[in-house]
Amino acid sequence: MTSIAFRRRAQLAVLLGPVSLFLAVFFLGPLAIMIVTSFLSPGLYGGVEWTWYPHNYGRILGFADPMFEDFDPIYIAIFLRSLKIAAMTVLATLLVCYPAAFCISRLSDRWKNFCLFLITLPFFTSLIVRLFVWVLILRPTGLANEVLIGTGIVSRPLDLIYTDGAIILGMVYVFIPFMFMPVYASVEKLDWTLVRASLDLGAGPIRTFLRIILPLTAPGIAGGAVIVFIPALGNFVVPAILGGAKVMMLGNLIEQQFLAARNWPFGSALAMMVMTVMLVLLFIHVVVSGRRGFDPATGH
Amino acid sequence: MRDSIVRLDKAAKAFATPEGQTVTALDAIDLDVSRNEFLTLLGPSGCGKTTLLQAISGFVQLDGGRILIDGEDMTDRPPYRRPVNTVFQNYALFPHMTVGENTGYALEVAGVVKAERTKRVGDALRMVGLEGMEGRKPRQLSGGQQQRVALARAIIARPKLLLLDEPLSALDKNLRQSMQIELKTLQHELGISFIFVTHDQQEALTMSDRVAVLSGGRIQQLDTPRAIYDQPKNSFVATFVGASNLFEGEAGSGQLVTRDGLSISHGRQGATGAATALIRPEQFFIAQADDSTPSLDVDLEQIVFVGSTFELFGRTATGRRVIAEIPAMRRSLVGEIEQTRRARLAYDPAAVHLLPAEAA
Repeated sequence: MTSIAFRRRAQLAVLLGPVSLFLAVFFLGPLAIMIVTSFLSPGLYGGVEWTWYPHNYGRILGFADPMFEDFDPIYIAIFLRSLKIAAMTVLATLLVCYPAAFCISRLSDRWKNFCLFLITLPFFTSLIVRLFVWVLILRPTGLANEVLIGTGIVSRPLDLIYTDGAIILGMVYVFIPFMFMPVYASVEKLDWTLVRASLDLGAGPIRTFLRIILPLTAPGIAGGAVIVFIPALGNFVVPAILGGAKVMMLGNLIEQQFLAARNWPFGSALAMMVMTVMLVLLFIHVVVSGRRGFDPATGH
Repeated sequence: MRDSIVRLDKAAKAFATPEGQTVTALDAIDLDVSRNEFLTLLGPSGCGKTTLLQAISGFVQLDGGRILIDGEDMTDRPPYRRPVNTVFQNYALFPHMTVGENTGYALEVAGVVKAERTKRVGDALRMVGLEGMEGRKPRQLSGGQQQRVALARAIIARPKLLLLDEPLSALDKNLRQSMQIELKTLQHELGISFIFVTHDQQEALTMSDRVAVLSGGRIQQLDTPRAIYDQPKNSFVATFVGASNLFEGEAGSGQLVTRDGLSISHGRQGATGAATALIRPEQFFIAQADDSTPSLDVDLEQIVFVGSTFELFGRTATGRRVIAEIPAMRRSLVGEIEQTRRARLAYDPAAVHLLPAEAA
C-alpha cells in the first residue's frame, strides 16, 4: 500500500470514527436491546422476565398466547389504518409540493431563497405549539367552524377535530417541508431544454409531462415519499393532539405500551414490525432507484 | 422564383431586459428559404440569430409579422404542431431513454407502430453512422456520438425543415470539420432544407448554399458564401466574415484617397463620393522595390507562421495597420523581408472591392 493511500485511509478513519462510535453506542445498542426485549415475556408489574416468548409478535400477527387471550385483529387494523394515513399524507404533501416546486424554481434567485426560507420557518417554533393552534382552529367553537357558520355554509358546527381528516391535515402540515425539499431539488435541476426538445419533436404538453418531466423528477418524488412516509407511519404527536382518544395510530399504540401499559416486550415487538415495514420500503426504493441508474443531480 | 419552404414576413420581436430597456432581437425581418436549401444564419452573439431560429420552431412568439412554412401560416401554432425539428446546441438528449428511444421519440409521439418504428430508428442511426447503438444510454456516448443521435432524432420524422442551433460548437476542431462535411452530405441525401445557426464564419462559408449575416436584429446581407466574402455590402459584413483591410476615403475614378493620404487603386471606373475599399489579406503579394504595380509600403511588426501561410502584421508610414497573408511556399521572399522588416505589399486593383460609405 502506498503511503498516500494509507494516509487517506487513516484520515477517513479519524473523520468517521466518532460518528461510527456514536451510532454504535446510541443506535445499534438500543436496537439490539429492543430486538431481545421483543422476544421476552412481560413482567407482571412492568419490566421483563428472561424467558423466550414469541407471542408478542403472535398478538399482532395471529398466534396469540392461548393462555391469556384470543387473537384480536385490532393491531392489524391499527397497522393498516396507520399505513393508510401515512400514504394519504404522502399523497397530499406531494400534491401541494410538486406544483409549488415548479412555481418557485422559476422565480428569480432572490425570491427563490425567500420562499425556501418561508418553508423552513415553521421549524423555528415548537411543533406542539403549532399543533395546538390547529386545535384552536378545528374545535367546534374554533375559527374554521365560526367562519363556516358565519358565512351560512353550515348551520351547526362540523366535527372537524378528532377525525382521520384532522390527523391527515396535521400530518400534511408537519411534513410539507420534508416533501418539498427533495421534490424541489429535482425540479430545480430539471433541464428545460429537454422539455423544449420534447415539444419540438411533436409531443404536446401532457405527453411531455408524462414522458419527460415526470420521469426526470421521479427520484425527488420517491425521495420525498420515503422521507415523509417513514416518520408519518410512526408519528404519535399529531394523532395524540388532533386525533384525540378516538383515532389510534401505531405511534400512539407503541407509546401507550411503553408508558401506560408498561408492556415493554409487546411495545418492542410493535416497534420492530414498524421498522420491518420501513426497511422493506427503503429496500424497494434503493433497488428501484439503483436500477434506474440515473442521478438527476448530474444528469448522468 | 424558387420554391419557398419558409417565409418570414416582417417578423419582429423585442425583449425587455431586467434593467427595463427594450432590446430589438428581430427588426421586421423578411426571409425566404428555398426547398432543399442549406441556409446559415451567421452573426455575433446577441444578433438575433437564435431568436430567429426559435421563432421558426415556435418557442418565441412574434410581436409582429408572420411565419409561413410550406405555404401554411404557422405564426400562432405551438412548437409541437409545426413540421419543423431542431438539433439543439447541447444535444438535449433524454437521459432516461436509450439511444433507440431517443431517436424514435418523434415517431412514438406520432403513434407509429412499434415494428415500423424499430425499422426507421435503425435506418436513421445507420444514416448518422451509429448502427446498432439502440440499446446504449446517451451518457455512454462521446460528444460526437451524442451529436449524431440528436441529428438522427431530429430527422427521423422527416420534417419539412431542420433547424440546427450551433450544433457543432461543443465539438473539438477536427470532429467539427468532419461533421460539417457530413451534415452537408446528409442534407443532400435527405432533400430537406436546413437552417443552421452559427457564429463561426468558417463553418458558415464551408457548408451553406446561402448565408444570412445578422447584426442588431437585421439581416445585413443574404447571399452565397462567395458573394458574402468577395462583395460584402457593408463594413460589418466585411469585418465579421474573414479578415479584412478597410480603407475609408473619397473615391474617384480608379482611385480612392484616404484621409491620411494613402491612395488605393481600384477597378471601378466612374466611382465618386465617400467609400471604403476592401483588400483581403490574401490578396496581397510581396513586390520588388522597383515594381510599378499598385502597392502599400509597410513596416513589419510581426511575421507569424500559421502552417500554410505567413501572416504579416504591418503599419504604413501614417500608422495604419495592414494584415497580409503570404503563402508559405514563398518562404524565400519572407526570409528577405524578415531581414529588412519592410515590405512592399502589392495588390490587383481589379480585386479591390468598394463598399458604399455608411452613415456612422
